[in-house]
Amino acid sequence: MSLDPIKLRQDFPILSEKIYGKPLVYFDNAATTQTPTQVTDVMVEYYNKYNSNIHRGVHYLSNKSTEGAENARIKVQKFINAAHSHEVIFTAGTTESVNLVANSFGECYISEGDEVIVSEMEHHSNIVPWQMLCQRKKASLKVLPFNDNGELMIEKLDELITDRTKILAVNHISNSLGTINPIKEIIDFAHSKNVPVLIDAAQSIQHKKIDVQALDADFLAFSGHKLYGPTGVGVLYGKEKFLNEMPPWQGGGEMIQEVTFEKTTYNELPFKFEAGTPNYIDIIGLGAAIDYVEAIGLDAIDAYEQELLAYATEKFNAIPNLKIYGTAKNKTSVISFLVEGIHFYDMGMLLDQMGIAVRTGTHCTEPVMQHFGIEGTVRASFAFYNTKEEIDALLAGIEKVCKMFGVKHA
Amino acid sequence: MIGEMTINEIQEGIIEEFAGFEDWMDKYAYLIELGTDLSGLEAQYQTDQNLIKGCQSKVWFNAKLEDGVVKLEADSDAIIVKGIAALLIRVFNNQTPEAIMNADLKFIDEIGLKQHLSPTRSNGLVSMVKQIKMYGLAFNHKANN
Ligand SMILES: Cc1ncc(COP(=O)(O)O)c(C=O)c1O
Repeated sequence: MSLDPIKLRQDFPILSEKIYGKPLVYFDNAATTQTPTQVTDVMVEYYNKYNSNIHRGVHYLSNKSTEGAENARIKVQKFINAAHSHEVIFTAGTTESVNLVANSFGECYISEGDEVIVSEMEHHSNIVPWQMLCQRKKASLKVLPFNDNGELMIEKLDELITDRTKILAVNHISNSLGTINPIKEIIDFAHSKNVPVLIDAAQSIQHKKIDVQALDADFLAFSGHKLYGPTGVGVLYGKEKFLNEMPPWQGGGEMIQEVTFEKTTYNELPFKFEAGTPNYIDIIGLGAAIDYVEAIGLDAIDAYEQELLAYATEKFNAIPNLKIYGTAKNKTSVISFLVEGIHFYDMGMLLDQMGIAVRTGTHCTEPVMQHFGIEGTVRASFAFYNTKEEIDALLAGIEKVCKMFGVKHA
Repeated sequence: MIGEMTINEIQEGIIEEFAGFEDWMDKYAYLIELGTDLSGLEAQYQTDQNLIKGCQSKVWFNAKLEDGVVKLEADSDAIIVKGIAALLIRVFNNQTPEAIMNADLKFIDEIGLKQHLSPTRSNGLVSMVKQIKMYGLAFNHKANN
């Protein structure tokens, strides 16, 4: 299976933009992927032809919008192979999905003295909501560490999990290290101790085929804007059993069945967790993004991105004074690095001047930086529309910066 | 401090200097040079109190009032940021608190730094300027009370 990045690039008008007069090299895909016209066209069409508040309308437009949004739910269901479409909750993104679980599941199942486990390589979005929950409930947060290659030390799970452990939250792929974590193994082990697992799939949904039933994941969260879809929309998958038991998190329209001043009864799944007017046009856009990705094929995408990663890793390793952070055996197309003697911020600023977009800083994973005793890194992350020529441009850019700083390059 | 240049005169000088650069590389190479040459701050002054918030790199400014003028020192772990700090020091060092408070900083725009710095970055720059102005305000208040 192979794909043609040059042809696919044409679906993304932004990729032909010039930055300071230079062709854009977009290597910040782990933060946000670009959106193809196949997605924006659908959204514009809905705005121009069918825009209308969903679910409660009697009229034609409202029915069209509702149909579009509910079709998107089914697309998500099939994409992650959920057993039921009502196990798919639309949220604003991964962050909101995690907050929903931390609040609602937390309210339901966690009490004083209980324990929550996260890993040392989580995004702040999968740390802070749990920390807040633990503070509220006087529970404690425990941390599954990683080794210096950036691989989770899953053998430690045995001692970490106790009979007070109520949930384990871990990412599938690390956004700052690129590590692909063995989530099937983690879930199986946690389940053997009766601990449910939330998977943060923000960095894997765009690279790997995910089957929540095969994984037996209890919760899974991801964002549309990292899956070539629009911003401001995301998904929480939850097993029906949990979602039914969990109380609603936010109250408002849509999520109710009956309201009186004495008592309100709640709507059924998935609406119980979708208070207020849903972000339906973005939801429809997310559906279109899934169609787009499936038409290319995640296997083809993954294979090509692995090729880019292998190419870049080899070249990066040949640069003296350059260190890659995150050297796990199983990695996705993310390279976090530092050049000795050059601050990541200086590197990022100068690459920007050459039209090369990378991310610098902690990548919302400060504990990862603390593990390595660094303040931050430069991160280049590749998508299927990137090319080896662009990686060469990055390498040439790094060389230029090294020269400007008088750092030995080759 | 008779004979010192005014803030505006110094800014004019910087603008003129930068007008001579052909492309961004020269400009940034110059900032790197300025950053490398700035003597920086002794560790004892690299305190949280002197740390400027809102920048990805660490920037510290230390200020004191001596003979009616403000003495500024700065440091950063990123060289280009340190170079920018050096420019700010050139503009504000040895000026009176009042002159600092009232200064209109046009050089940042004119040498094309602001336009080349994205919001988060120029926030760092904006924060630096804000901090220096705060020092001006505080010293002015002290001198008048
Ligand atoms: C691993 C991981 N988790 C969570 C998030 C948060 O996603 P969002 O900001 O879309 O809610 C990100 C995005 O940066 C991420 O990379």
